[in-house]
Amino acid sequence: MNRKFDSFKHFLVQNAVPILFLVVSAFAIPISQFSGTYLIQEMLVRLSRNSFLVLSLLIPIMAGMGLNFGMVLGAMAGQIGLIFISDWNVVGVSGILLAAIISTPLAILLGWLCGAILNMAKGREMVTSFILGFFMNGVYQLIVLYGFGSVVPITNPAMVLSRGFGIRNVTNLEGVRKCLDNLIPVSIQGIDIPLATFLIIALFCLFVVWFRRTKLGQDMRAVGQDMKVAGAAGIPVEHTRLISIIISTVLACYGQIIFLQNIGTLNTYNSHEQAGMFAIASLLVGGASVSRASIFNVFLGVVLFHLMFVVSPMAGKYLIGEAQLGEYFRVFVSYGIISLALVLHAWRRQKNKDRARRSLRGIEAE
Amino acid sequence: MNRIKNFIEYAGWPRIIIGIFLLTLFVMAPFVRVRLDASISDTLVRFGMNGVMVLAMVPMIVSGCGLNFGLPLGIIAGLLGAVTSIEIGIPGIPGVLIAMAIAIPIATILGWAYGLLLNKVKGSEMMIATYVGFSSVAFMCIMWLVLPYRSSNMVWGYAGKGLRTTIAVEGFWHQAISDIGSFRIGQFFYIPTGMFLFLALLCAAMWVFMRTRTGTAMTTVGSNPEYARASGVNIDRMRIISVILSTVLGAIGIIVYQQSFGFVQLYMGPFYMAFPAVSAILIGGASVHKATILNVVVGTILFQGILTMTPSVINSMIQTDMSEVIRIIVSNGMILYALTRAVKVKL
Repeated sequence: MNRKFDSFKHFLVQNAVPILFLVVSAFAIPISQFSGTYLIQEMLVRLSRNSFLVLSLLIPIMAGMGLNFGMVLGAMAGQIGLIFISDWNVVGVSGILLAAIISTPLAILLGWLCGAILNMAKGREMVTSFILGFFMNGVYQLIVLYGFGSVVPITNPAMVLSRGFGIRNVTNLEGVRKCLDNLIPVSIQGIDIPLATFLIIALFCLFVVWFRRTKLGQDMRAVGQDMKVAGAAGIPVEHTRLISIIISTVLACYGQIIFLQNIGTLNTYNSHEQAGMFAIASLLVGGASVSRASIFNVFLGVVLFHLMFVVSPMAGKYLIGEAQLGEYFRVFVSYGIISLALVLHAWRRQKNKDRARRSLRGIEAE
Repeated sequence: MNRIKNFIEYAGWPRIIIGIFLLTLFVMAPFVRVRLDASISDTLVRFGMNGVMVLAMVPMIVSGCGLNFGLPLGIIAGLLGAVTSIEIGIPGIPGVLIAMAIAIPIATILGWAYGLLLNKVKGSEMMIATYVGFSSVAFMCIMWLVLPYRSSNMVWGYAGKGLRTTIAVEGFWHQAISDIGSFRIGQFFYIPTGMFLFLALLCAAMWVFMRTRTGTAMTTVGSNPEYARASGVNIDRMRIISVILSTVLGAIGIIVYQQSFGFVQLYMGPFYMAFPAVSAILIGGASVHKATILNVVVGTILFQGILTMTPSVINSMIQTDMSEVIRIIVSNGMILYALTRAVKVKL
């Protein structure tokens, strides 16, 4: 009996964040007065929009490098690709492909840079990648706000600030808007399903599953478990870590392109910042931790986080009667959940350690 | 030659490069018609404004809790004090003192809770501190709307409730501390003597504290936890004390900042305020594990000097406002440098 209760408690502790979110959503959905169809449609759109970005976080977690806040670097690369194609007016799926082709080398370069820096900061990868994101944001602004239109030629004057160089705050992506989502039009009972995007996401999930079984994937897991042991076993630790970050950055770059083709407008100087925060929050809400994340966590997290995201302002409005409050509440939830998950991770690690110790003692007593 | 070499080694290349950059800006200023006296005065005023918040970094670095990215927590306590003081409506020095008297207990309680939390997450303090700061600012956004402040100087005019995003302290305690013994030379050169004295007082207090029993124990916890435990020092308690100290200094720091700046910034205002303070102390030569009062003074002058000089000088030179970008790159580059370097030394 006692042991059963203990394992139940263990389950609760393991899944505290998703359970908390399920409970809050269960209360908030009726209050918000949204219809079921609306919510399902909204969740499908958001799944197709965000999953790829969140999936890009998986591989560094496997390599023991924690949450890759440096994924914003990939997002920046993707945005630069999109700026070029909207300047050259390449529309439709070919536009998306061209953007991906342009930004891939850039993403590889940035990923290599990020990986090299993180190799210098072992043990504090997360905070370093976080600050690196801020730093590269400065470099990105320097290039896009001052370099584009002066050093890098931009032909379309509508995209450039009135002073003659620098890209405007908002870049219109009308040419590629939803082109991937609507490539294979499917609609069931009035709910549109962006099938092509889901196919790409499914393909990528297969890639992750396959990748885990390859030699490189196994190496990464070994490095994630223990760098010293892996090094002693002849695995090139730094090289493996570098590759995991490069893969993550390139994928984040594609993820951002998929995200923005759905949105249809690019906030030139803000889109990438939000990409990182929301992707990480979603993954954590799905029950992933800093050291363990699965594909299931990704999809559960995206649904739960965005359910909260859609529902909370309206729920706040009906509950307290002030829209601004709901808006602040949403910001609070996004940041609060990341802190909660980070703290819970550390707390859980300590709990698990205690459990392991206690079970050892139990066996000894018997 | 040898002496120069020693100096370079002592000061470190980043400081020398940034120092030379700042010096160049000052030298160029007269040529692009930027007034030198006004620039120096601005730099000094900003040094006084930000000094206390940079000083707030010291205790946590010394006790091994890393860079205090959770500074907004202390700032929130300071904001609560400032807002309550304005609500009460007493002007001048007593007003500032009331603000501090209210802020310090709040900061102590918040710092204590924050310290308990950080003790549970040893090893990943910096990441969690960042997010504790962010989420507390977001939480206070809700509170600023809800808290029952009614003074007409602070709430939205049409609703009669909910605090405004910026509140002027003009008419209450604008420059109350700065103006103690302050003087002007000419039209542009202003020295806020009171603010410097206050900063010097706090720095001296910190210097003395670091040499007391508790202070030494704290340093030991930071530099060698095993040794500290063996000598019977309560590690968790020392860390909590350092976090409380840091939070309280953050609260005092923001009040000093506001009385000079003239405005209380609420809502998302304190969101990124930890980053300039962190970069400043790192530019001053501190590392993730080691910080001194000298680092605070040098770092604040260099960092605030660059912040003051780049907009005016560079704008006049190339007719474009690049200061924001330069600020982002310099401050975050400095933090990155410190984070990567600390491990290199260990290896």
